Amino acid sequence: MNPIKKLFDNIRPHIEEGGKFHAFRSLVDGFETFAFVPNTTSRAGSVNIHDAIDSKRIMSFVVIALMPALIFGMYNVGYQNALAAGVLPHCHRWDLFLYGALAVLPKIIVSYVVGLGIEFVVAQWKNEEIQEGFLVSGILIPMIIPVNTPLWILAIAVAFSVIFAKEIFGGTGMNIFNPALITRAFLFFSYPSVMTGDDNVWVAQQSILGLGYNVPDTYTAATPLGQAVTGHISTLDINAVVGLIPGSIGETSVIAIALGAILLLWTGIASWKTMFSVFAGGALMGWLLEGVKVGDVTNPILWYQHLIYGGFAFGAVFMATDPVTSARTECGKYVYGFLIGIVAVMVRVLNPGYPEGMMLAILLMNLFAPLVDYCVVQSNINKRAKRAAK
Amino acid sequence: MKLFSDENKAAFSSPLNLNNPVTVQVLGICSALAVTSQLKPAIIMGLSVTVITAMANLVISLLRKTIPNRIRIIVQLVVVAALVTIVSQLLKAFVYDVSVQLSVYVGLIITNCILMGRLEAFAMQNGPWASTLDGIGNGLGYAWVLVAVGFVRELFGSGKLFDFQVIPDSWYAANGGWYMNNGMMVMPAMSLIIVGCVIWAHRSLNKEEK
Repeated sequence: MNPIKKLFDNIRPHIEEGGKFHAFRSLVDGFETFAFVPNTTSRAGSVNIHDAIDSKRIMSFVVIALMPALIFGMYNVGYQNALAAGVLPHCHRWDLFLYGALAVLPKIIVSYVVGLGIEFVVAQWKNEEIQEGFLVSGILIPMIIPVNTPLWILAIAVAFSVIFAKEIFGGTGMNIFNPALITRAFLFFSYPSVMTGDDNVWVAQQSILGLGYNVPDTYTAATPLGQAVTGHISTLDINAVVGLIPGSIGETSVIAIALGAILLLWTGIASWKTMFSVFAGGALMGWLLEGVKVGDVTNPILWYQHLIYGGFAFGAVFMATDPVTSARTECGKYVYGFLIGIVAVMVRVLNPGYPEGMMLAILLMNLFAPLVDYCVVQSNINKRAKRAAK
Repeated sequence: MKLFSDENKAAFSSPLNLNNPVTVQVLGICSALAVTSQLKPAIIMGLSVTVITAMANLVISLLRKTIPNRIRIIVQLVVVAALVTIVSQLLKAFVYDVSVQLSVYVGLIITNCILMGRLEAFAMQNGPWASTLDGIGNGLGYAWVLVAVGFVRELFGSGKLFDFQVIPDSWYAANGGWYMNNGMMVMPAMSLIIVGCVIWAHRSLNKEEK
């Protein structure tokens, strides 16, 4: 660690007021506080109880929790590509993973460069400390989009969400909506052809640097939710749990997501109440809507399948529990999570136009989270007022 | 009384910029969101509102001393409704396709806040010439915002301007290129954000003068 510390110590004089590179102050600040816990604390005079870890350390934990899903997602990209090319039995696992990593890496880079770039510019412009919120959003965004999303479209969507979902509201911690989901919503409504449908959206088709295979254009791969609209699902449950199915990059494997969930719950970063009630709401609504006829198609999804298909598990673990946009009262978390589960399954089953309802459900409940909190707080006040009046 | 005195000039020019009905007073937003998915209807709408505001201002200003105060809103409404009907019929006669596109929004000019606002705030107190200038100024102030929003929405939403393909066909993904139209630009939701951006830009340009 010492050489890094020395490097920052050497740079510091140049970025202070009047230094040569003052314009890059927020940039250096951002990296320094990311690498080392800053030794400044809040000023005396007020009573504060602080945990030893600050928000940059919390963000790092979330990024670590996302790693299993990301790494599996990379492997699955290679797997789906080889499967589509019909050469799966001859492929080595490492080749599959390397190909997937090469396909996913540009998206991660674009997401971070565009998002952090805007954050740094805004921080410098407003003369604020650099905000760390994008550390997590930047890795979440590539994980919730199909592998074939063009990079320029991704860049526009990331810029849109950082500016309009975050900076306009005042930056990290002030946003009403989850920026990663706003990115996805922007892609979904602006460029529907790259986000939905089974015509080659979910499977990488070109070989990269000699790895992977070129897949014929006629190959189609539908996600289980895409198949559900036709009334018949051919995906095996075990594949959906392991994650070897087409889907957005990070969302397919329930096992990998569960590993992340364990870390988040163990460190206490995500609330088990929110997480549990999302699954409970989804299961309940899934059970109620089993076999319902929508149009002339009978809904083929069983209650537990809702929880393992598509982005449900990913959204429940990493999106619904976002401490900024979710409900903050303890009772409110149950209500908030439960309604996400219910709305997500309702959209999935009752609106064939939107096979994936998780994004819309979480965004909708983001909007209602303050109202949920308000009701919880108000009912508590009323209860205590009654007790005092006795 | 000079025709182009400073007050008259201000009545015309201030709504174009510093006292713009859309970006500063945030009036007439509803139609600004609804008719701006293409340039042509946006321009026709802007011109219609300009004509109606100018004429209504003129008529009300001429009548201002005879209108009983208690029923002035009804009188204003009758004048505006008559003018809107005339414009609506003219549009149907000469640019039928645009009038179909604008559908109810021409009729809804009656309820446009800019109109009632100008009649109440200006025409009831000022002479006919100044009122006409004020009406034209406010109509044009509304029109330029509509044109700006319509320009962005049509260009990025359908790759066209005035129905003329601006972005080359060969760029499109369907023809082997890389480009795709932004579907959200055609939805009213996006025009809300673009109007917001116009307001943002306009206000930060005029920061010192406030």
